[in-house]
Amino acid sequence: MTVQELPGAGASHRPTPPPAWRPRTDAAPLLPDAEPYRVLGTPAADRLDPALMRRCYAELVRGRRYNAQATALTKQGRLAVYPSTVGQEACEIAAALVLEEQDWLFPSYRDTLAAVARGLDPVQALTLLRGDWHTGYDPREHRIAPLSTPLATQLPHAVGLAHAARLRGDDVVALAMVGDGGTSEGDFHEALNFAAVWQAPVVFLVQNNGFAISVPLAKQTAAPTLAHKAVGYGMPGRLVDGNDIAAMHEVLTEAVRRARAGGGPTLIEAVTYRMEAHTNADDATRYRGDAEVEAWKAHDPVELLERELTARGILDEAGIQEARDEAETMAASLREGMNADPVLDPMDLFAHVYAEQTGRLREQAALLRAELDAEGDA
Amino acid sequence: MTTVAEKSARAAGKPATMAQALTRAMRDAMAEDPTVHVMGEDVGALGGVFRITDGLAKEFGEDRCTDTPLAEAGILGAAVGMAMYGLRPVVEMQFDAFAYPAFEQLISHVAKMRNRTRGAMPLPITIRVPYGGGIGGVEHHCDSSEAYYLATPGLHVVTPATVEDAYGLLRASIASDDPVVFLEPKRLYWSKADWSPQAPAAVPGIGKALVRRAGTSATLITYGPSLPVCLEAAEAAREEGWDLEVVDLRSLVPFDEDTVVESVRRTGRAVVVHEAAGFGGPGAEIAARVTERCFHHLEAPVLRVTGFDIPYPPPMLEKYHLPGVDRILDTVARLQWEN
Ligand SMILES: Cc1ncc(C[n+]2csc(CCOP(=O)(O)OP(=O)(O)O)c2C)c(N)n1
Repeated sequence: MTVQELPGAGASHRPTPPPAWRPRTDAAPLLPDAEPYRVLGTPAADRLDPALMRRCYAELVRGRRYNAQATALTKQGRLAVYPSTVGQEACEIAAALVLEEQDWLFPSYRDTLAAVARGLDPVQALTLLRGDWHTGYDPREHRIAPLSTPLATQLPHAVGLAHAARLRGDDVVALAMVGDGGTSEGDFHEALNFAAVWQAPVVFLVQNNGFAISVPLAKQTAAPTLAHKAVGYGMPGRLVDGNDIAAMHEVLTEAVRRARAGGGPTLIEAVTYRMEAHTNADDATRYRGDAEVEAWKAHDPVELLERELTARGILDEAGIQEARDEAETMAASLREGMNADPVLDPMDLFAHVYAEQTGRLREQAALLRAELDAEGDA
Repeated sequence: MTTVAEKSARAAGKPATMAQALTRAMRDAMAEDPTVHVMGEDVGALGGVFRITDGLAKEFGEDRCTDTPLAEAGILGAAVGMAMYGLRPVVEMQFDAFAYPAFEQLISHVAKMRNRTRGAMPLPITIRVPYGGGIGGVEHHCDSSEAYYLATPGLHVVTPATVEDAYGLLRASIASDDPVVFLEPKRLYWSKADWSPQAPAAVPGIGKALVRRAGTSATLITYGPSLPVCLEAAEAAREEGWDLEVVDLRSLVPFDEDTVVESVRRTGRAVVVHEAAGFGGPGAEIAARVTERCFHHLEAPVLRVTGFDIPYPPPMLEKYHLPGVDRILDTVARLQWEN
């Protein structure tokens, strides 16, 4: 039956439009750019702030060195596992640099470097991966949430914290990091939706590094970009070159500024590449070819900035050497800190389960105590 | 519609039902402590589908009693962040079976944050979950999910069975620096039976069981919706010459072993009664514990009366599933009590 045949249907019949209840209409200002935003190598680089860029450069070099050192520590058995961010340092560092002291960082399990760039002691930052305790620092002291291993679950925390801070009248922005694979999780959706409805001062940073372990982005989503996902929630989506630290800094700063000013959340997709395997335990040759990795080498975040800054006379050989020396000093102290065996107290197993020990745990603690004492006697 | 009687009860500061006592507990906690925030689906203008948050949004504003988007992981996850910033969220999960989408947040973060951060970041979150059957609800509205919660270290799990406890335990939960799963026996929401005529006596907090009826022949160990059933069974058993003691656990984690053990050592016999499925259910843990600590005092094995090991049945069949007085009495008879 066509519309024409429907009883009562005809040219003269105009259905009354539904009453208005839809909250929003215009999606256009929320749509991301078609191409990742870039600054380095474009005319926009003319306005670079030399001091800021020198700082970024030093941090990038340190970050690269940090990655190398942490990977070496896994080979020596000092770290149980390390998810490298080689190739992604610009995202990690920009995320840390754009935050004020009172702001909060919500890192994923890969984002140790962002925590270190925010000022966390490198050894404390690696406690989780070394295996002596889950979180090696006081999150409140550093305003860095525990590194979250269950993917995307830290995103609603960031929303809740930012919301709570705003309710209390505090000027706090939360920046939450997640991988491309994590955007498929339900918690990603729920967090973005909550943030937009509550207009919470949150910035969501997706590091699209091409893979979730072995699964490429094409099998993760059918969306044109991950930044497009923002539109459905009613927040702006930004697509940015994640290897271009100047672009990252600019886009993140703008999103943080917007959040701070009460403008609500932003979703940023940083297009980058994971140069190394998922972790030291992974064999990346099973799911990607050398040609692809080689192509990304030409777009290395450290070299991109180094080239731009030297060409502009912002950085010279001495400056480069200084950054490298600083990085070596950091690596040496990291090695030293990680080579000292942590002193562990087995009774800590029972110390932080509840505010007050339950009878059950007291009994079990006594059992362990007795076992330890017997061992000591033997 | 609130009846005149209910209104005057509220005005007199004396909740008449468990539902009112719960509302009152949140109201008083919110009035005393500005960091207490209530959040969940429909908790605002509607007052929750069971009206337990009735009037809170009006009195404290939508920032303190917040209608959230419909997303349980999001609700609990946001509550984690709020608690990280110093608030005390009281989260309502609309129904037992609709809390499951939030389990990832519950188990991986809520239960573990204190531990992960070596005590630096405790999460004072209260998660209210209406649970259990007996209300004629269709599927996914009557689950007894306590076994999932009590198998998760880091959570407290409590459940009131009386009007006084509804108030007292909820206040204690909100005041707790640890996350508490607060299971509300929804079929007792409107029961008034146990409210004392005077002002509510101070009730013990989390972790204490109470002997609700003293007896000498055997101990019924129960909690939540099964307490009134056990009390009824104990009355009925008198005619058969049995004098049953009834222990109300009130708190499943921590589990008050001493009160239970003391009772069973005295009576020599024990039956655990709950609605949740028996296999791997709370009764299994309790029976094991009682056996470990009371072996030489026991005159019979510890028995259990539980829901069957089946998905919660449709409303027209639930009466066959739920532990009732007869099934309890038959089980008591199997304790081979003599003389
Ligand atoms: C909820 C959950 N499911 C599965 C895993 C196992 N896992 C760890 S990392 C990973 C891939 C994550 O990929 P992506 O989100 O793109 O982040 P990336 O590793 O690229 O930083 C998976 C599947 C997990 N940690 N959490």
